[in-house]
Amino acid sequence: MAEQHAMTPPAHPSSFAQSPFQRFLIATEVDTRLLGMIGALAIIWIGFNFFSGGLFLTPRNLWNLSVQTASVAVMVTGMVLVIVTRNIDLSVGSILGVVGMVMGVAQTQILPVQLGLGLGHPLIWVLSLGIGLFVGVAIGALQGSIIAYLKVPAFIVTLGGYLVWRGAAWWVTAGRTVAPMDSTFQLMGGGPFGAIGALWSWVVAIVACAAIVIGLYFSRRQRRRFNFPQRPVWAEVTLAVIGCGITLAAVAVANAYPWPVRIAQNYAAANGLTVPEEGLFISHGIAIPVLIAVGVGIVMTFLTTRTRFGRYVYAMGGNPEAAELAGINTRWVTVKIFMLMGALCAIAAAISTARLNAATNALGTLDELYVIAAAVIGGTSLAGGVGTVAGALLGALVMQSLQSGMVLMGIDSPLQSIVVGIVLVFAVWLDTLYRRNKL
Amino acid sequence: MLDTKTPLVEMEDISIAFGGIRAVDRASINLYPGEVVGLLGHNGAGKSTLIKILSGAYKRDTGSIRINGEPATINNPRDAKAYGIETIYQQLAVADNVDAAANLFLGREMVTALGTLDDAAMESKAREVMGRLNPNFRRFKEPVKALSGGQRQSVAIARAILFNARILIMDEPTAALGPQETAQVGELIKQLKSDGIGIFLISHDIHDVFDLADRLVVMKNGQVVGEARTEDVTKDEVLGMIIMGKVPPGATPGSGAISG
Repeated sequence: MAEQHAMTPPAHPSSFAQSPFQRFLIATEVDTRLLGMIGALAIIWIGFNFFSGGLFLTPRNLWNLSVQTASVAVMVTGMVLVIVTRNIDLSVGSILGVVGMVMGVAQTQILPVQLGLGLGHPLIWVLSLGIGLFVGVAIGALQGSIIAYLKVPAFIVTLGGYLVWRGAAWWVTAGRTVAPMDSTFQLMGGGPFGAIGALWSWVVAIVACAAIVIGLYFSRRQRRRFNFPQRPVWAEVTLAVIGCGITLAAVAVANAYPWPVRIAQNYAAANGLTVPEEGLFISHGIAIPVLIAVGVGIVMTFLTTRTRFGRYVYAMGGNPEAAELAGINTRWVTVKIFMLMGALCAIAAAISTARLNAATNALGTLDELYVIAAAVIGGTSLAGGVGTVAGALLGALVMQSLQSGMVLMGIDSPLQSIVVGIVLVFAVWLDTLYRRNKL
Repeated sequence: MLDTKTPLVEMEDISIAFGGIRAVDRASINLYPGEVVGLLGHNGAGKSTLIKILSGAYKRDTGSIRINGEPATINNPRDAKAYGIETIYQQLAVADNVDAAANLFLGREMVTALGTLDDAAMESKAREVMGRLNPNFRRFKEPVKALSGGQRQSVAIARAILFNARILIMDEPTAALGPQETAQVGELIKQLKSDGIGIFLISHDIHDVFDLADRLVVMKNGQVVGEARTEDVTKDEVLGMIIMGKVPPGATPGSGAISG
């Protein structure tokens, strides 16, 4: 060990780059593909802002955009794993539907009335969510087992699931819509009360910035320990500044969106606050569903990059036979992936029902296609083995930005579908070009 | 020569059928520590199938396997690895989308105290092993898909020796390699042999095997034609065994030997 410290680590490859831009890319070790996606997103945002007369890049629209993305964003993190292992899940929208109904009935009927907790009991939201997660995981385990152990192709199993769970969603209440949701449960859907306010948003931002800096520091220390090439210090600082800058900017935007005047007035009246002349400015802050989606994204990124499970998922996607021969229990990994997908559908169902403040049997219709499209736009390859959670989340944001932007511009909904469809094919074509040039 | 030591591996009367075809038919084979056994035969003679039963990829219909004299239960690749049996497959069984270190440790990752992957430690160990095997190897950060055939093969071999295998199965280990890399693999086999590892070397080309193997076993139509110590037979005699199933005087006939 002492010898290793004495040796100077090998030079970082960035010191051989020619142009400054190249050197920047190599030194920071950023994923150029991800950078391209961020560029595309920026173009979409600026374009819509221009054509909608400045309506797109407002705190209000961006805040709503983030909330609208949350449900699909949660599911897409699981769909990445499904697609990476050369499977597909067409049933996520239907699972969302049936789990939403189950959670709706649980919090309006079973828990408060039949189990006698009473409406508004503080435990209702968490028990309903628990029931939803259980149902979601159970559905995933069933589908995953059929795929892994009975060897029925995932396309067929989940196509069957698409029909079965949509039918089951209707069956729960014979088609009746369940509303309203428990008041605490509703917070998961966003809205003025479903956001954490300015102060806590800043706290989250500071914690996130600290995590970025500490993460960079530990990664650098780890490299030094094993005598690997290290990024130049300026690159580390740039990464830290960019990461923290984006976090702080996002929180500033969320905090710049105030509560609607009427709600703020009611709140002031209820809490005995005096309303100043220019009106009461109460920040939304980060919406709870967005916080959930970001949390899910972090956990899933950790799972895919730092755990054995994640390693096996990518190994299986690249060469299933090799993974099996290496001693990986590939069938059990497949079941786990679908169980995880089921759990994520349940979280998405909680966000969707809470946001709508109702559980309907049509909830989540077509979501499977949006989720798959988001994953694919985000760089997940249907050939297997390739895809990242971060990319898929960006893909979800791109999809939602397109839709929300077209709504702002007043484009008819048939034309919206046409545009989204074209963008999907175009994005995959670009990705094909990128990969061909890279390898 | 009668060896009094316990064989590392004894496979006895192994049979397996796919549909109506008996791919391996009552074949017996054994392996001693520090010995290289060349398993020869035409394509389709059943040698890869026989050896895949040992490595856990296939499950035998009948017959018994003993490791170090003890009856062994091998139902999947994980079982085989638990007995110290490592296999380098013909079709380069590496996971294409992950890097060399991830491949080396696939299924047996090093983890930190928190249970997360210790990538830095794995890469460090991978650099050490690969440095011994193929000093020119530098591309640790790239998915193995981007590597050449020889580099991929060194990854596969490194994986097999990383975990102190006692029994190494090499199925056409040099099929994808150039002359220099083939020579490297030959050196490696000698080195492993001196460490007391038993090696099955499978090939349809006797030139690959003749210089390296201590003993040769020839298969034809799923049966063992015969076996011989390499110094007791000539290449032509071995060819006769492979092609016609004719057993020369220096060899012991097996169940598949033609009479006369």
